[in-house]
Amino acid sequence: MTLDVARIRKDFPILERQVHDGTPLIYLDSANTSQKPRRVLDTLADFYERHNANIHRATHQLGEEATQAYEGARARLAAFIGAAEPAEVVFTKNISEAINLVAYAMGNASATGQSGRFALGPGDEIVISEMEHHSNIVPWQLLCQRTGATLRWFGVTADGRLDTSGIDGLITERTKLVAVAHQSNVLGTINPIRALADRAHSAGALVLVDAAQSVPHMPVDVAALGADFLGFTGHKMCGPTGIGALWGRRELLEEMPPFLGGGEMIEDVRMERSTFAPPPHKFEAGTMPIAQVVGLAAAADYLSETGRDAIAGHEHGLITHALEALAGLEGLRILGPTEPVDRGAAISFTVDGVHPHDMSQVLDSRGVAVRAGHHCAWPLHRAMGVQASTRASFYLYNTHDEVDALVAGIGEAQRFFGAGGR
Amino acid sequence: MRLESLYQEIILDHYRHPHHAGLREPFDAEVRHVNPVCGDEVTLRVTLKDSDGGLGRGGGARASTVVADVSYDALGCSISQASASVLSDLVIGRPAIEGMKIHDEFLALMQSQGEGVPDEDVLGDAVAFAGVSKFPARIKCALLAWMAWKDATAQATGEREPA
Repeated sequence: MTLDVARIRKDFPILERQVHDGTPLIYLDSANTSQKPRRVLDTLADFYERHNANIHRATHQLGEEATQAYEGARARLAAFIGAAEPAEVVFTKNISEAINLVAYAMGNASATGQSGRFALGPGDEIVISEMEHHSNIVPWQLLCQRTGATLRWFGVTADGRLDTSGIDGLITERTKLVAVAHQSNVLGTINPIRALADRAHSAGALVLVDAAQSVPHMPVDVAALGADFLGFTGHKMCGPTGIGALWGRRELLEEMPPFLGGGEMIEDVRMERSTFAPPPHKFEAGTMPIAQVVGLAAAADYLSETGRDAIAGHEHGLITHALEALAGLEGLRILGPTEPVDRGAAISFTVDGVHPHDMSQVLDSRGVAVRAGHHCAWPLHRAMGVQASTRASFYLYNTHDEVDALVAGIGEAQRFFGAGGR
Repeated sequence: MRLESLYQEIILDHYRHPHHAGLREPFDAEVRHVNPVCGDEVTLRVTLKDSDGGLGRGGGARASTVVADVSYDALGCSISQASASVLSDLVIGRPAIEGMKIHDEFLALMQSQGEGVPDEDVLGDAVAFAGVSKFPARIKCALLAWMAWKDATAQATGEREPA
């Protein structure tokens, strides 16, 4: 099954836009945030125009419609990632909040003296990797500071793969949690989650997967991955901003203490203490972004109907093209795997004599939108020995002509800054 | 979009051939400033002298306090590197108080959203950065070295304790 990209592009109104007085937009920044198809935009408008009410508490028809739309969306997203049941999907505002939810719940378990798998203390360890996004580093640093636990991490090989050579010393009986990215937002590297999860489980540790960069781009099945928790965010998968999700195995969500307290997450409240609703509601305090949840499910439906295998195949073609074309440019260094194997469609690079900020400025002047900087992965950039990089990231609506436009723009930047090249 | 509106030839010249670059001794204060958006950084040293003799520390710059040297190590884009070069040209040899006035003028220009009319008598080569104020993402690049210089000078005059 191949994608009809010309037809897909018609689904995204913003792709008709021109920038800088008449230059067609070439959007290569989908790893940052994706564009939204008409169906998602219409779903948001339809919800507000026809069904808007608060959920779970309004005893009128609109309230019932809104609740149905919200819980129906939960069921569709559960199916989208292969969850055993809808109650395993907790809505959060993004993946940062999803990861923080687990980190703070573990902190709460530690502070209240609970024993069991969520409580941490001195001598316990959390294992992450050097290629993580800041959102899968900082919450664990903070948790370790609060509990006295120790943070450890996998390094990265020179070609941008997870360095698992020291795994025996890293994942041990002291490890309480292993938290790694399914796909690096900088390198594009797809990590061997199943093998890591099996190792972690044999050591008695939990496994959290940052799937922000994988769920939008390929079929993801939480059972096949062997994860205990998996987070993703809506705005990178054609959905609205302000909505993401944490998937967790049912028995873990039941055992884990809450993170945010407030309305709707309780069973009974007395002045002295409260008891809590069963999951997922235990973790959804206050009025949730209801329209965004419904919009996110529309995005998941759109991706499913388009075909996630077909999307992954199309992106594989684009990254293969990009890797070949960029490898031929003088002075250009690709960060991460240079072969399109276990690799998604984000490509970060440096160019001698042209700072990434300047590169992205020249590209922008030609309508090519990319990201420049450390992409919220500062430790990874330090590990790769660079200050910053330029990143192009592709999605279902990108074309091979757009890859060529990127290559031409890089050449123009080299000429403009007198940095060699052709 | 015309790239030349941002990247004036003066900026590219300073970027390719930065003035006063490198870290020198002796110095009275050293600071390291980082742009967390892109990871650009500058380490900047300031050396002051008092035109009346002696070095009066404490209580901020006096009328007689002169910027004897500014040296720096800048890692960053063309705008941030060129800005460090232009800054050092402008303030070395001048009274620190005058340097602060140039700083204020430059800051106002950067915050002008493209509306500022730069005074070349005050800003010299820094007028070339006027176009940067139309690019919100790049204003921090142009200001990085200036913020570092202001911080280092405040420390060197004893107005502020080192962080």
